Amino acid sequence: MLKELKILIHQGSQYIRDVRSVEVPGIYKGRPVITTVACDENALAGLCPTGAITLSPFCLDLGKCLFCGACAFQSPDKIKFTKDYHLSVNRRDDLMIREGSDTLLTLDSSVVRTELRKMFTGSFKLRQVSAAGDNSAELELNATGNVQFDAGRFGFEFVASPRHADALVITGPISENMAEPLGICYRDTPSPKAIILCGTDAISGGIFQGSPALNREFLDKHPVDLYIPGNPPHPLTFINGILNLIGRN
Amino acid sequence: MNFIEVYNQQTISTESIPVLQYQDFYDEVLELSKNENVHCVNYFAYPHGTEKQLICCLADDSSGTIKLLSWKCRDLTASFLSLSAKNNAFHIFEREIHENFGIHFEGHPWLKPLRYAWNRLNTGNTIANYPFFGIESEELHEVGVGPIHAGIIEPGHFRFICNGEQIQHLEIQLGFQHRGVEELFRVKDKMNQRIALSECIAGDTATGHASAFAWLWESLCCIETPAHLEWQRTMAMDIERLAMHTGDLAAICTDVAYQLGNAVLGRLRTPMVNFFQEWCGNRLGKSLIRPCESFYPFTPELRDRLFTIFSSYEPDYREMWERMKTLPSFLARLEKTGVLNRERVLQIGAVGMAARMAGLKRDIRATHPFGLYKTMKHIPVIKNHGDVYSRTQIRNEEIIQSVAYLKNWLENIPEYIPMDKPDAKPCPSSFGISLTEGWRGEICHCAVTDRDGKLIAYKIKDPSMHNWMALALAVRNNEISDFPIINKSFNLSYCGFDL
Repeated sequence: MLKELKILIHQGSQYIRDVRSVEVPGIYKGRPVITTVACDENALAGLCPTGAITLSPFCLDLGKCLFCGACAFQSPDKIKFTKDYHLSVNRRDDLMIREGSDTLLTLDSSVVRTELRKMFTGSFKLRQVSAAGDNSAELELNATGNVQFDAGRFGFEFVASPRHADALVITGPISENMAEPLGICYRDTPSPKAIILCGTDAISGGIFQGSPALNREFLDKHPVDLYIPGNPPHPLTFINGILNLIGRN
Repeated sequence: MNFIEVYNQQTISTESIPVLQYQDFYDEVLELSKNENVHCVNYFAYPHGTEKQLICCLADDSSGTIKLLSWKCRDLTASFLSLSAKNNAFHIFEREIHENFGIHFEGHPWLKPLRYAWNRLNTGNTIANYPFFGIESEELHEVGVGPIHAGIIEPGHFRFICNGEQIQHLEIQLGFQHRGVEELFRVKDKMNQRIALSECIAGDTATGHASAFAWLWESLCCIETPAHLEWQRTMAMDIERLAMHTGDLAAICTDVAYQLGNAVLGRLRTPMVNFFQEWCGNRLGKSLIRPCESFYPFTPELRDRLFTIFSSYEPDYREMWERMKTLPSFLARLEKTGVLNRERVLQIGAVGMAARMAGLKRDIRATHPFGLYKTMKHIPVIKNHGDVYSRTQIRNEEIIQSVAYLKNWLENIPEYIPMDKPDAKPCPSSFGISLTEGWRGEICHCAVTDRDGKLIAYKIKDPSMHNWMALALAVRNNEISDFPIINKSFNLSYCGFDL
């Protein structure tokens, strides 16, 4: 017992006090800012592995971006990835980052379904479904529950059964072979229920877009409540997105 | 000669690989594989005009070479003697070839669908109607788990046949994660696309697979890998090993309800992944590895940071491990649980930790070295009991080993000199092979180019291809309540298998 206590004391205080504004270490690639500086825009668009860059006007789609940084490396004057990890939105179009604008990304409250904020602000249970996710977003979602990010303190956590869940958190580009299990899981989740797309793969297919092995019809049938970009999304991106969705300050 | 020998990361003309009659190929492969130092690292088919060419790659651990031999299948209605009937380690490769191309292997003990690839020959086979093995008995019952599991984990289906609480048989059905990665390597022909794909083969092994790809690509283009990139990739793979091993130990603690171990080891993974973020902006090392170039050359500041991280990681890690390994309640759950002996491991061709746990010295770092491992003598960590505790001990000792290696490498950082022409083209009509030892085990990438140097086949093998069978066998005669801890001690990749 004394040995355990000693180990505990050696850990010090690990939890991140302020998940809203803590600075992440290093050169984290978060919300990009695009200037109006002239450059070879066609070359940049050609460089992008997922076609996230479109021209006239120059625009970067965070729903497709792999955050590989190839464009910023090629044209640092044009594109800069800031350390802002607040990337989650609830309107797909808000993920389009246009040149010359430096606006923060946040949820449009008028689009959030009223029942979500009415019922889930204090307790929000999530059922994660990996639909051909590559285990990177899954690792980061697991990390949200560790002693540092400690998402449990905000009243949301991952549950084992869809019947206990208030929302599905989908990772991966949704393979044909996972299409049916995903549909069954959604059907078995009681209403009201939210759909959260976690990671670039889930939002657009990412690097897998266009693969004949995918079946994304699920997304044609059901409205999405939250888009969380990233390859994979940082745990803080996820936590802040969820807090904003359920209207918790 | 019936085969040609190449070294790791070597490219040769495809024509120089001997093409044998099937019977000769069959005899030669079985003869070579009798030696336990020789094991199959890849065996695959690809369309070649109107026929299929099949290339078999056998790694020889004693000579450090890879023996290549091939045959051509002209008649899909014919039947060919199954290698698996004589040597079970080939079972997974023959299943894949059968599923994708319809080549029938006579006498294969388990010729079932493998991953339900979108381009499989028989689309009448669907993942919903997999032919599970069953036993008719009033004493036995079946337990089905998945594809969606009770945690944040990838999908796969486990079908247990149990006698009371005891597992008699486990069949693992995979394929749910299939994204068509290998075909995308051919179709998405920009370098930035291919390297991004390699990082997503298994996101928990981003630097392991990306390095295998980068080395293969440079070899295909006849480019010598610059010293800084050799250094960077080896460093990255060992940081990844450290992070994943630490996280796995945390998860093993969870599965035996040891909360302190889970909390401490879980948080000790964080400085490792955060270091990746400091280095390249991504906690899993994505975007760090690029063929012929680097966006993120290593700096002296990063070196100092990593030393600082180790100085606090090491004492905290050691203190936790020293405590864990003395707890009877912890050890009782790990020792003699999920045992697989050396004979079985050899039989199924297990690799990586799943081989080293049972006294089998399979480690690409020692036998077919790459990167900085070429300049040193790596001594693999070997355990002999083949149980959950052996797999746990390997992680512990590899953590200590990796920290020592990394500190040593940090003392000598080669200068980064950007290359003149980083956009070289692959050699035409060539075959290249690249092996690395990721944290799970042996990774193998193979590529074949056509007359114009375009990719006609890209073949990926994650260690999980071999090792899922190890899990299925290791759980036999264990209580079903021990399945989670046995599963976690292997921690295999679903997407790396499903591709």
